[in-house]
Amino acid sequence: MAQEPLLQVEHLHVSIDETLPILNDINLLVHKGETHVLMGPNGAGKSTLGYTLMGNPHYAVTGGRILFEGLDMTQEDTDKRAKAGLFLSFQNPLEVPGISMSSFLRNATRALTDQPVKLLAFQKKLNETLRVLDMDGVYADRDLNVGFSGGEKKKAEILQLLMLSPKLAILDETDSGLDVDAVRTVSRGIEEYHKKNDGALIIITHATKILEALKVDYTHVMVNGRIVETGDASLVEKVNREGFEAYEARYGKRE
Amino acid sequence: MSDEKEALRRQDSQSMYDFKNEESDADFFREKEGLTKEIVLRVSAEKRDPAWMREFRLKCLKIYEETPMVDWGPDIAGLDMDRISSYVRHKEDMKNNWDDVPEDIKNTFERLGIPQAERESLAGVGAQFDSELVYHNVRREVAEKGVIYTDLESVIRGELDAERADGMDYAGMVKEHFMKLVPPTDHKFAALHGAVWSGGSFVYVPKGVYVDIPLQSYFRLNAAGAGQFEHTLIIVDEGADVHFIEGCSAPKYNVANLHAGCVELYVRKKARLRYSTIENWSKNMYNLNTKRAIVEEDGVMEWVSGSFGSHISYLYPMTILKGDRAQMEFTGITFSGNGQNLDTGLKIVHQGKETTAVVNSKSISKGGGIGTFRSAVVVQKSAKKAKASISCDSLMLDSISRTDTIPAMDVRSDDADIGHEAKIGRISDEAIFYLMSRGIKEDDAKAMIVSGFADPVSKELPLEYAAEMNNLIKLEMEWNG
Repeated sequence: MAQEPLLQVEHLHVSIDETLPILNDINLLVHKGETHVLMGPNGAGKSTLGYTLMGNPHYAVTGGRILFEGLDMTQEDTDKRAKAGLFLSFQNPLEVPGISMSSFLRNATRALTDQPVKLLAFQKKLNETLRVLDMDGVYADRDLNVGFSGGEKKKAEILQLLMLSPKLAILDETDSGLDVDAVRTVSRGIEEYHKKNDGALIIITHATKILEALKVDYTHVMVNGRIVETGDASLVEKVNREGFEAYEARYGKRE
Repeated sequence: MSDEKEALRRQDSQSMYDFKNEESDADFFREKEGLTKEIVLRVSAEKRDPAWMREFRLKCLKIYEETPMVDWGPDIAGLDMDRISSYVRHKEDMKNNWDDVPEDIKNTFERLGIPQAERESLAGVGAQFDSELVYHNVRREVAEKGVIYTDLESVIRGELDAERADGMDYAGMVKEHFMKLVPPTDHKFAALHGAVWSGGSFVYVPKGVYVDIPLQSYFRLNAAGAGQFEHTLIIVDEGADVHFIEGCSAPKYNVANLHAGCVELYVRKKARLRYSTIENWSKNMYNLNTKRAIVEEDGVMEWVSGSFGSHISYLYPMTILKGDRAQMEFTGITFSGNGQNLDTGLKIVHQGKETTAVVNSKSISKGGGIGTFRSAVVVQKSAKKAKASISCDSLMLDSISRTDTIPAMDVRSDDADIGHEAKIGRISDEAIFYLMSRGIKEDDAKAMIVSGFADPVSKELPLEYAAEMNNLIKLEMEWNG
């Protein structure tokens, strides 16, 4: 018997402010441990899909549904989705003054597990994870993302990913704006997450560098609010070779 | 007026601060409502004032009657002085042994955690219940350094001089400083204060004495329809250093209560005073409080302030930087919820050369609450190279609340360096979404953002007060009044 999918997106339609359609009939199946790559030109709706899966109230689902481990999450609050095992690495992580990274992660861990956090074990895990990501220990005491450079923010997202161990992580352009070394560090972190938890991934990216250490199972090309082509890892190369122009000529461009 | 009453009626409970120990007539003496010469004389007789103080009270009453009502801030029409009793006291006198404090009062303070705090981390504690201090105590090692922390009245009557016989003229010291910094002509409620003041503290820290743990005063206004008019006079002598903390709370009633205290702070050469306040008056309180500090050469005045309570507040601590290189620092937060109009701010007067001021003010409004921050910086001609940097940052938690920032500057010197920065913003939906995407519930996410916003203030407070402040923020956040 086939394994039940982790994420099932069926005929999903999404609008902004319930009037402007932005995603059209999205269908997606993600199983445990799979790595999906989502590519597409700017404005295709990739980030919108990530936000919608995570339940950002700014985006209204006007049709279809989102199932996670068989449960309908379409109308569920964001925190419930996180508790079910969904994670989104933000393209532009927000700065939250006055809350240290470590106290934020402790709070999140407690919220996700409904268990008190064992401080020593938590601290040990945090220190180890910081090391994996070549991050200085002081990041744990700094306010969440406040004054972090673009690269530090992205690393901090991967730090959260590793600390919170979700079942499915959506990484929204985690590699953009990173130098070569940082991309390597981040992709090491992603690999670690993938291996340790058999964690599934949806990676939104324009580049291939971040994918080098990962075995890509599926590639989706998104254009103008639709997934227009799905293939295996080789599709990534094809897209990088040929660009999106041919797709846009065929499926239209978002104005 | 009826809207005002309705607003008061809608107020929800303030959890641990809102409990009433009913005051029975047998145990309490209560002056009748209103303000007349007879009442002022009776309060004066109660206090066994020397003649100068009795005369002073009468003079203040006259000024009060001649001074018009303030008309520039939040509406205080709901405050009817004919319905305010200016003096309520327990029939027992002040104690310096906690066990001797009357049971009902002791229970109140114990629920507020006052005696524990003293045992754990304070150099001295004063507790005022309604109009009178019920308890005052200073650690022996602090007292032995010559630090005075006691009620004002006994000092004025000369009892402290007689008791200590150390050659110091404390009675004279009080007479010389009392309502000199805040004269009764300052405004109507300063005059009212002068007429019926009762309770509060006198602190004197001798030259060069460093008090390493804070002194604390706690004010509880327990009686309905009463006023509290405590006077705090602190003199930090040359090179001395002290931290004074005041906490205020009251149970909620459906009638107006009034707090018109007065704080006068004298910071001598090279001395440092930190004055911290956590105020959580109930939401039927008119908090019309006056605080003022004067700082001499190389002296440092630090204000830390958390204002959470009251229905209406007028509160603008003023600092006069008199001596050269005198400094002041202000770190404060105001949280205005439903039915609250908190008009706060500060005033700085630069007189000495190279005087500096740093202000960090935060304001949170929620549920239709109104927060106004007024700052006034005056740089006099003598204040060469004065420097002031003011930053105020406001966070509105919804679209029905309101925040205003009103800066005023009066610069008479040509080389002053004055900066004013104001930021006003709504709580970010994206930030809430970000925290929720990590499993944190919406309410908790908001509370985290708000306490993070308040963090620069909490950081300035001793641990247990920071915890109390965070608790107050949590209460305000949960409170859907």
